[in-house]
Amino acid sequence: MADRDDRRERDAPVRDQVSGAEHDGIAASGFPILARTDFSEVTFLLEIHHPAMARAARPGQFVIFITHDRGERIPLTLADFDPAKGTVTVVVQAVGKTTRAMQRDCRQGSTIFGMVGPMGVPSRIGEASKVVCVGGGLGVAPIYPQARGFKQAGAYVIGVVGFRSRDLIFWEDKFRAVCDEFVICTDDGSAGIKGRVTDGVEAAIAKHSDIDEVIAIGPPIMMKACAETTRPHGIKTTVSLNPIMVDGTGMCGGCRVRVGGRIRFACVDGPDFDGHEVDFDDLMTRLRRFKQEEQAALERWTESCRRIDLEPAHPGGAGGA
Amino acid sequence: MARKTIRTIPQERAFMPVQEPAARARNFDEVTLGFGLDEALLECERCLICPQQPCVAGCPVGIDIPGFITRIIDKDTRGAWDLLTDANLLPAICGRVCPQEDQCEGVCPVSDPLEPVAIGRLERWLGDRAIAEGWSKQNHIEPNRFRVGIIGSGPAGMACAADLAKAGCAVTVYEALHQPGGVLRYGIPDFRLPNAVVDAEIGTLVKLGIEIKCNTLVGRLFTIEQMIGEMGYHAVFIGTGAGSPRFMDIPGENLNGVLSANELLTRCNLMQAGSFPEYDTPMPVGRRVAVIGSGNTAMDAMRVALRLGAETVTCVYRRTEAESPARLEELHHAREEGIEFEWLTAPLEILDDGSGGVRAMRCIRMELGEADDSGRRRPLPIEGSEFEFETDMVIYAIGTSANPILGQTSQIRLDRRGYIETDETLATSLAGVYAGGDIVTGSATVILAMGAGRKAASSIKRYLRIRDSETVYQPKPANLEGTLFGIDLAERNFVRVQLA
Ligand SMILES: Cc1cc2nc3c(=O)[nH]c(=O)nc-3n(C[C@H](O)[C@H](O)[C@H](O)COP(=O)(O)OP(=O)(O)OC[C@H]3O[C@@H](n4cnc5c(N)ncnc54)[C@H](O)[C@@H]3O)c2cc1C
Ligand SMILES: Cc1cc2nc3c(=O)[nH]c(=O)nc-3n(C[C@H](O)[C@H](O)[C@H](O)COP(=O)(O)OP(=O)(O)OC[C@H]3O[C@@H](n4cnc5c(N)ncnc54)[C@H](O)[C@@H]3O)c2cc1C
Ligand code: SF4
Ligand code: FES
Repeated sequence: MADRDDRRERDAPVRDQVSGAEHDGIAASGFPILARTDFSEVTFLLEIHHPAMARAARPGQFVIFITHDRGERIPLTLADFDPAKGTVTVVVQAVGKTTRAMQRDCRQGSTIFGMVGPMGVPSRIGEASKVVCVGGGLGVAPIYPQARGFKQAGAYVIGVVGFRSRDLIFWEDKFRAVCDEFVICTDDGSAGIKGRVTDGVEAAIAKHSDIDEVIAIGPPIMMKACAETTRPHGIKTTVSLNPIMVDGTGMCGGCRVRVGGRIRFACVDGPDFDGHEVDFDDLMTRLRRFKQEEQAALERWTESCRRIDLEPAHPGGAGGA
Repeated sequence: MARKTIRTIPQERAFMPVQEPAARARNFDEVTLGFGLDEALLECERCLICPQQPCVAGCPVGIDIPGFITRIIDKDTRGAWDLLTDANLLPAICGRVCPQEDQCEGVCPVSDPLEPVAIGRLERWLGDRAIAEGWSKQNHIEPNRFRVGIIGSGPAGMACAADLAKAGCAVTVYEALHQPGGVLRYGIPDFRLPNAVVDAEIGTLVKLGIEIKCNTLVGRLFTIEQMIGEMGYHAVFIGTGAGSPRFMDIPGENLNGVLSANELLTRCNLMQAGSFPEYDTPMPVGRRVAVIGSGNTAMDAMRVALRLGAETVTCVYRRTEAESPARLEELHHAREEGIEFEWLTAPLEILDDGSGGVRAMRCIRMELGEADDSGRRRPLPIEGSEFEFETDMVIYAIGTSANPILGQTSQIRLDRRGYIETDETLATSLAGVYAGGDIVTGSATVILAMGAGRKAASSIKRYLRIRDSETVYQPKPANLEGTLFGIDLAERNFVRVQLA
């Protein structure tokens, strides 16, 4: 699989390949964060040292994070990986308890309690000679390795990414470096074309009659819209599904999705599937499965943060919000 | 001392305290509380020390049962434990979860006309004593130059790792989850097997010098081929278990409120959802829970659902109690706790509540027809007997299939069901790579997985030409495979019931 620096490692003990602090000889954990960049109030990037994962990672794969010993296991797509530096990169949107806690606690120099991956079947970067890579919302970063992968494979790459407004844009240079054409769509028109990513896709289809494949990553509603945009043109459309997961190893079935009328497990059969076959409504319903609990956890956490914030600054207990 | 006879021994089993059903159905504390010293001694008195030792033959790993009982009687508890752990490395675990009624206790002559010697409880008592006293074996390990990689930290992987570590190999165990133990950790609930016991017994294995690397998904982080290639392992053992849950492909199966027993159990045992929100992983439970299937996994799922606060929990099974693959003790405990049973019932469809959740399940009554290949009477639907069963959570416990990851990422040969193919020495199609446990046999038991791990260890030693005085473990060709846990082989093809 990994063909890069493996020779060098031949005689090195595995200990050095799989980084991580050890407690009583058990656990491979404590992965150091080398860099953090904040793209907006809710979006941030973490670059983490994990040489073995950096070597093994392929576009389309994801990692499961556990941020502390009572934490949840949450999946995040690999937005970048650098075997030479031994790092993997994720871009996180703070939407709920775990991701907001990460936003507060994950700093350069701190460590991630547990990380496992790369998981999922790597995206098939096939013979396609002209592709459109679409990213929206939390899918912008994950589409990058695919765009790069296709570029490296010699394809003509059209990148289409969507943001709400100009100040939320990130990685424009990175994308431009691997895309032959790059289109930014903003909701308010403050940059690029005003409209949704599907407008960008429509435009690309209108301009190029020979698109082999569209790859779309983002919120289910966006991927669904992309699939509907390409369906009449019969263009192969691959989407990366993001159902709620637990183990990520095919053991619980919590991540099951309906594709072509069959049950598939996104963590081991996916996460990439044929967008024209996916039952998106089913996916969106299933994402609401723990709505109440997520809400309760977030409220409880916000409350505890507020208390922590108040205490040291105002020993008397007084003070405003 | 005169030889004991069935008339002279204590007629009743020594008392073992059990939590009251009403109380325990609402907590995750252990149900059975174990012997004390007096009870253990009393129970040992019930053993006839038979010269033919049928129980030793009945035990899949051949524990010298009369031997350890004699030592307990002689007040040599430590010696008893040493003898026991020569054959079984995880006695506190096996003493709790082995289906002894089908193994050692099943062939104990005391069982006719009395109850058999409570071998499992004695084994558990010794294991618990060792944990409490912090006993560990002073193994004199002569390191050799071999490195062995083990995939999966369930009973198969850990047993294999322990034997190879004792033989002097440098052993690293890779586990995909963030805690070791396999099903012992994520599957079997705390009230049957506390996590603390799993930690303690795995801890004694780690003292042999085994290194456990959690958070490592083999196949994806590196492949088996890389392990024996560039990573320099001289041999590899695969013990990745069988845990991919099955569904039935009936309408409504993807509704929220439908889940696999594995998901419920993983959320509760591994992720501690019972303590949400102190722990981050939630597991809201329904008011009226239906569990499909009647194996031990189903029993565990039902009892967990009850403890999470379900008002009623019903077992829906298409055959009768007599065909239920669950252990009698588990069925008994479940019934005591108030689980309801709908025998001869099969689900046809799960009905939507209008907002993505479950309102009810449409079921059909069954009757038993002719015997099938497995010798059991085949359930047939009774025409016109459909009915709606009100429920808001449906849990599937209809068995598991092989995990696909290693097959996806390696050239290793699989059988037609997707399990790893091995020869009788447990060697796979890749040189130096061995496999055992549920990933070879399909879901079986803890002790059979352990036995397979030990057998593979002895094959690996032979392959590496490590001379070693240990007796080679040879399991009996017992026909236990797949019949005891999860669901039995014949039960795996839980086909969708259709009306003609
Ligand atoms: C394969 C995969 C790849 C992913 N990649 C990324 C990524 O690169 N960057 C990123 O920011 N997020 C990604 N996600 C989503 C991320 O896992 C969730 O946002 C995270 O689990 C939310 O946890 P929380 O406790 O912060 O929020 P919660 O309180 O659990 O949830 C808050 C909100 O997020 C939604 N949500 C919960 N779990 C998921 C989920 N698994 N997927 C999508 N939405 C969810 C909920 O419906 C809810 O509306 C990915 C998910 C999957 C399955
Ligand atoms: C709910 C339930 C209750 C049960 N109750 C009993 C009982 O009471 N008594 C009894 O005797 N048996 C019982 N069983 C059966 C018994 O637990 C299993 O037969 C036994 O655990 C199998 O052991 P194993 O080592 O083969 O696999 P497992 O215990 O399944 O362990 C496999 C391990 O490998 C890991 N793994 C998988 N793939 C990879 C990978 N690619 N890389 C790294 N790691 C990987 C998994 O995460 C897992 O930790 C029960 C099973 C279940 C599900
Ligand atoms: S390991 Fe299981 S079968 Fe063997 S003696 Fe112990 S309880 Fe009996
Ligand atoms: S996350 Fe558990 S099976 Fe996919």
